[in-house]
Amino acid sequence: MNSAYEAVIGIECHVELKTETKMFCGCRNEFGGEPNTRVCPVCLGMPGALPVPNARAIEHIVRTGVALGATIPTFSKFDRKNYFYPDMPKDYQISQYDMPLTVGGAVNYWLEDGTLQECRLTRIHLEEDTGKSTHAGSGDGRIAGSSYSLLDFNRAGVPLMECVSEPELHTAGEAVAYLESLRRTLLALGVSDVKMEEGSLRCDANVSVRPVGSSVLGTKTEIKNMNSFRSVERAIESEIARQIAKLEAGERIVQETRGWDEHRGVTHSMRSKEEAHDYRYFPEPDLVPLDISREEVEVFAAALPTLPWERFERYARQYGLGRKQATQLIDNPPLAQYFDEVVTRSKNPQQSSNFVLGELSRLANEREVAVADSGVSAAHLAELIELVESKRINSKIAKELLGRMWEGEGSPAAIVEREALAQTSDPAAIERFVDEVLAANGPVVADYRAGKTNVMGFLVGQVMKASRGKADPALVNELVKKKLSS
Amino acid sequence: MTNDDWTEHGAAAIAAAVNGRERSAAEVTRATLARVRSVDGEVGAYLSVLDDLAMVHAEQVDGRIARGERLPLAGVPLAIKDNMCLRGTRTTCASKILEEWVAPYTATAVARMLEAGAVPIGKTNCDEFAMGSSCENSALGITRNPYDLQRVPGGSSGGSAAAVAAREAAVGLGSDTGGSIREPAAFCNLVGFKPTYGRISRYGLIAFASSLDQIGPLTRTVEDAALAYDVMAGHDPCDATSIQRDVEPAAFALRDDLKGLRIGLVREFDTQALGAQSDELYRAAYRDLELLGAELVEVSLPTAEYGLATYYLIAPAECSSNLARFDGVRYGLRVPGEDIRAMYDNTRAAGFGPEVKRRILIGTYALSSGYYDAYYVRAQKARTLIARDFERAFAQCDLIACPAASCPAFEFNAKSDPYSMYLMDYYTIPMSLAGLPALSVPCGWTTQGGATVPLPIGLQLCAPIFAERLLLGAAHAYERATNHALARRPALTAERV
Amino acid sequence: MKSDTIDIRHVAALARIALTDEEIERFSKELGDLLEHVRALERLDTQSVAATAQVVESRNVFRSDSPRPCLDREEVLEAAPQRQGGFFRVPRIIAE
Repeated sequence: MNSAYEAVIGIECHVELKTETKMFCGCRNEFGGEPNTRVCPVCLGMPGALPVPNARAIEHIVRTGVALGATIPTFSKFDRKNYFYPDMPKDYQISQYDMPLTVGGAVNYWLEDGTLQECRLTRIHLEEDTGKSTHAGSGDGRIAGSSYSLLDFNRAGVPLMECVSEPELHTAGEAVAYLESLRRTLLALGVSDVKMEEGSLRCDANVSVRPVGSSVLGTKTEIKNMNSFRSVERAIESEIARQIAKLEAGERIVQETRGWDEHRGVTHSMRSKEEAHDYRYFPEPDLVPLDISREEVEVFAAALPTLPWERFERYARQYGLGRKQATQLIDNPPLAQYFDEVVTRSKNPQQSSNFVLGELSRLANEREVAVADSGVSAAHLAELIELVESKRINSKIAKELLGRMWEGEGSPAAIVEREALAQTSDPAAIERFVDEVLAANGPVVADYRAGKTNVMGFLVGQVMKASRGKADPALVNELVKKKLSS
Repeated sequence: MTNDDWTEHGAAAIAAAVNGRERSAAEVTRATLARVRSVDGEVGAYLSVLDDLAMVHAEQVDGRIARGERLPLAGVPLAIKDNMCLRGTRTTCASKILEEWVAPYTATAVARMLEAGAVPIGKTNCDEFAMGSSCENSALGITRNPYDLQRVPGGSSGGSAAAVAAREAAVGLGSDTGGSIREPAAFCNLVGFKPTYGRISRYGLIAFASSLDQIGPLTRTVEDAALAYDVMAGHDPCDATSIQRDVEPAAFALRDDLKGLRIGLVREFDTQALGAQSDELYRAAYRDLELLGAELVEVSLPTAEYGLATYYLIAPAECSSNLARFDGVRYGLRVPGEDIRAMYDNTRAAGFGPEVKRRILIGTYALSSGYYDAYYVRAQKARTLIARDFERAFAQCDLIACPAASCPAFEFNAKSDPYSMYLMDYYTIPMSLAGLPALSVPCGWTTQGGATVPLPIGLQLCAPIFAERLLLGAAHAYERATNHALARRPALTAERV
Repeated sequence: MKSDTIDIRHVAALARIALTDEEIERFSKELGDLLEHVRALERLDTQSVAATAQVVESRNVFRSDSPRPCLDREEVLEAAPQRQGGFFRVPRIIAE
């Protein structure tokens, strides 16, 4: 990006909530299925039907707000947003206008280099989703050029959370990192499946640019139709470049909605009417206001799971894990939980991470099972780590042991005891093995003394073999080197 | 007794007879359907008569009675306003836009009536989407006042009123938003009762103005209204605005006198303005209340005069949004268009009548950008003031008495100017805005305005929120002491034979 | 409140109702009359008054997240003005 400019980005997400039923009726909230098979008078907008709010959806959004540090106002209400569109069964959407369920809050996200940043939220509110329309006759499924449209109302009425961020993101990378962190948090809370490919997470970006150092916001455009995190990144980058180019050419940015074209890699104007929609918001007369008590908020706060960025902080800062390892764990909550248990017992995050993400994961993949479902309990793995750290066994033996623990052969200490796998650290014993090996490999020793120092590895290997793998590798190295140099 | 006798009886008597196995529900139903065939050609109360469905229900009722059940409304013939869904029946709201629509579900209030043993005789005519005060705004038919066929039955529940007045049903279900049960009741010599907002579920009532609509009964006696209310009232989980509060049966609160009650007469509702005859009739009514033991006190509702202005902003605003769903996409009328926009525009142009269009337009305007605060919000504030007036008044009295309408039934086309029609709701709107329970009960006959035959007028009684028992109890006492409704019979050809 | 006349054309467009010229003229007059009467509300002092949110004071009405029976699709689509297979069909939507 042209460094004379900075971009200012805000992200608006629509998140389909994970509930059994829709927001205002008892139809099932599921993905897919035959069209128009999960509809009723309420979600079809039939005459005389009335909405009744889903208690679990309210719970989900309040928990989300509490987790993100938002304020939960004591008074909240629903409003009607009036506009005509064929996927809107009532030709108004029940949403929240000026008194949303949560206000403020923030999403903490981490960048490639592991830096933690914060992006504040404006608000999160609850609304109902629309039906789905498919357009026929234009050859590419787009509205433009279509001759008719088909409507499926299965999705109409699904509970939706709209999360609006403050315009505090400045690069496409930050925007994606924000989205990933928000996504992880919602997964950890269990409030949504947040799958962009299924439409349970949708996002739009508001993008503007301004000269570096300016505190005035430039004209923003709204970018829609981004179907993956990669699209989001590319679309925002493309739009930033477009706006900068325009400004450099002395042109002005038009405030408009632009659609991302995945194939051509550009945004194009979605020619909107000169006038903005007049939504004629007014309080929903078919619903009564919401009054979330402080006690309820406290109950939610007390029961929050560890949030992804809290985990990241702990893993990266406290434990010193790399960003990649930390993220790998965080993205697999059962794995992270298992890992946490191992660390609690072993008090050794590095080794815990090595084993969990290394050999244990390898074994799990081989057997097509989740690590958390492995035959290796956290307690046993911690014990194994302790054995390695105390040098009672070496890492090669440890790997072997892991496999046998998985097969259910018992605790590592027991196996070591039973089969005398304890590492030999007795220098005298090791010296005997070293002497044996050096004596039996005269030519190799001669090569070494002649300058081919890399053959030491072979000799060390032979000593390990002679000791049936039990010799302390560090000591072996030391002794071999000593004897070769003398 | 001949079969016809059964159409003369009210709900209480019919239920008693059917429960006591003196008569079957099937007999009563057949008699009623015969009556409908005999008189509805003249009256035009029904948009659809449910011969087959009625007999099915009647037989079910008889079966349940035979198995030992006792049903509060056993065999009671029921007229249902055509803005209430009854599964499998055409439910049109008297509009072209729903002329062919068959409801796939049943309104809770209707279901409760049927479960209690009532038999659905048919769906009645009304002003289109319940917007009007004479039934003349129906796009699907004309209903005539059984007491003078050249006059309107009132509205918007004119069909249900005419059906009950013409003995084509014992109970009619109507809906009241600004007076649409009380005014036609007054025009047709009936009791028309609107409960506290939220007492009876609105689920399945096709919405006009969500914060004002209420279902209620039109009957020939207060006792029958109480019976119907007891059956329908109570919390419904399908309606988030329905009140979660126990309903104590009103049928047991009917009283013989008004001793100990203070009845407020509204200073601003001076009956002199209604003409000499009506004025005298209302004064007589107030005297009768006193004779029954009530203490009359003067109360003031200073903001009541703003009721019309308030109502004609709030109700259209809500209806403009409620009627947006009639767009030709999922059900109802569709007029083709080259694109969806044209389809919307053409469908709604053809499907809605002029009064409905007027209200959608003014409502859209009141909510639109730049006007929302000045119109809609201001009206909702005025509404608060009106409600407060009632609260203050009820600190000084237990019930309020006033006219139900400013004149008796008028001739067709007499009120062609929209605003003159709106004025019909002058006395009933304030109670609706405050959500209060109110009813109209017959209080005399007048030839005011040059009528050739005496026409009925109605006394409106209004109670504080949730005080339905007090309201019905007092109305019963007045009705029993005066019996104005019995003075005359409907002026139908069948009567004259 | 401004002293304004309703732009009937604009409002009709918002409300998606096609009006004839005759209707536009007639409604202009009739709704103008109504507005005149409605302006009486300006005389009320509503400064410190809260707008009525709900007539009856209720809060927190919810339902539990349990499934209830749906409508039969055939019944629903039979009533549709136009259907195609399992879908409702409408004329082309002009991208706005």
